[in-house]
Amino acid sequence: MLQEKLYDYLLHLGDNSMILGQRLGELCGHAAELETDIALTNISLDLFGQVRNYFQAAAQIKGGDATEDSVAMLRYEHEYKNTYLVEQPNEDFAHVIVRQFFFDVYHQLVLNELMKSKNETLVAIAKKSIKEVDYHVDFSSTWVKRLGDGTEESHAKMQTAVNILWRYSMELFKATEIESWAADSGVGPDLDQLKPIYLERVTSLLQEATLSLPEETVFQYGAKTGMHSENMGFILAEFQYMQRAYPNMKW
Amino acid sequence: MENKTLSLEDQFQNRIDSGENIEAKDWMPEKYRKTHIRQISQHAHSEVVGMLPEGNWISRAPSLRRKVALLAKVQDEAGHGLYLYSAAETLGISREELNEQLNSGRAKYSSIFNYPTVSWADMGAVGWLVDGAAIINQVMLTKTSYGPYARAMVRICKEESFHQRQGYEIMLSLCNGTEAQKAMSQDALNRWWWPSMMMFGPRDEESPNTEQSMKWKIKKKTNDELRQQFVDQTVPQVEILGLTVPDKDLKWNDETGHYDFGTIDWDEFWDVVKGNGLMNEKRLKDRNEAWDEGKWVRDGASAYADKQAEKRAKKTA
Repeated sequence: MLQEKLYDYLLHLGDNSMILGQRLGELCGHAAELETDIALTNISLDLFGQVRNYFQAAAQIKGGDATEDSVAMLRYEHEYKNTYLVEQPNEDFAHVIVRQFFFDVYHQLVLNELMKSKNETLVAIAKKSIKEVDYHVDFSSTWVKRLGDGTEESHAKMQTAVNILWRYSMELFKATEIESWAADSGVGPDLDQLKPIYLERVTSLLQEATLSLPEETVFQYGAKTGMHSENMGFILAEFQYMQRAYPNMKW
Repeated sequence: MENKTLSLEDQFQNRIDSGENIEAKDWMPEKYRKTHIRQISQHAHSEVVGMLPEGNWISRAPSLRRKVALLAKVQDEAGHGLYLYSAAETLGISREELNEQLNSGRAKYSSIFNYPTVSWADMGAVGWLVDGAAIINQVMLTKTSYGPYARAMVRICKEESFHQRQGYEIMLSLCNGTEAQKAMSQDALNRWWWPSMMMFGPRDEESPNTEQSMKWKIKKKTNDELRQQFVDQTVPQVEILGLTVPDKDLKWNDETGHYDFGTIDWDEFWDVVKGNGLMNEKRLKDRNEAWDEGKWVRDGASAYADKQAEKRAKKTA
């Protein structure tokens, strides 16, 4: 029972990184400048590296034929526990950066707490990942500032992305049953406690970037419990394609 | 005046002949500079456009391990593009100009990237054959006379040979797999074999620049010699995979100690060079879109940098 819960919690942690990594991977070769292309690919690489760690642990719990790949690729859509935020499309560079920034600040807070987890595997993964995610926060924050306080056009595009994406941010902090279990049992963070810190960090950086949060927001919740947006099916169609078309093969 | 120039050229050639590197600030004949700008930038463009056919499979990689390896590989190609653009910049041309030459279609890049990647096995075949062919050219370039280019090539070669092994390893996994996987890899070999053979360029008798390039050590072997080396080294690898080279004329020749091979379809080669390959338009369209859509980003970033500089200036004033 405990192991089952831990398995689900690993999915919570891994799925966000995985779907965001997948979105960033779509951009490889298409960024406006080589430097940015390399940076975005690098973030995608970091995220998938973390996913492998989470899902190797998950596969071990599951036992039998389970592998990191079966955990990652052979689930139905409603079994994925990532948030709406990370499945949002790469509309333009503003969306890519704002989505990244909203996630990175959350991700950094969560990893800092996971380093104190009662679960040793999570501690080890968090310690390794935090160095990467500190850089992600730095990268996305810097771009938010540059483009928010750049030209009128870049400011407008960034503000639009903020307005569109902010509605998906609070889902990160709305604990599911499993996340509450993790908090209660000292395995994962108490998301309620992280939320004010998150709001403070995001608001102050946006302010520095001359951007602001929308005044009224109807937040969207549901993806974490399996009710995904229309984006998700297409993401999985690509992500799972080979495993579905050529089942039970080694690559 | 003319004598003086001649003597400079003689001195220059003597340096090359004695194995010295030419550095960015050294005197060089204008033709040497132009040839190098052209070659280094074509090489850089090839790395950058080459990201697209492989990037095409990142979202569909069959396993997490393969996805991570492919991401890292394409990222390496971007890095190669960067070193090479920097090497070209030492010859007095800007990144913007180089980019404009690529996007407008005036500059060439390796035609191989105008072929489509239609199956996962192509990620194996491209790494193994395309990077394999590229390395044969590039190892030679580590000894080229222009220092910044030669040094960039040393690093690039190390990474490319890793890519080639990685590509071959993808093929090995497929060939040790199911019938469907073997069929996928044979199909990939069928499609990539001849375009890879074409990567060494036209036959020697139709390669007018070879003589000058040999003199400047941009080339040490001719196109046909390099192509032969590729065939000789690759055929045994095909045999290990248990696949068949799509060339009915391919056979070992005891007398020459090399493989004989069939005739390359040079019409196809020139068609693709002239822009009529399946993917020419798409590749350039992708590059142009990335560049055009990035304009507001570049403008925003530079406006921000200006504002920051102004703030700093005010502080110190």
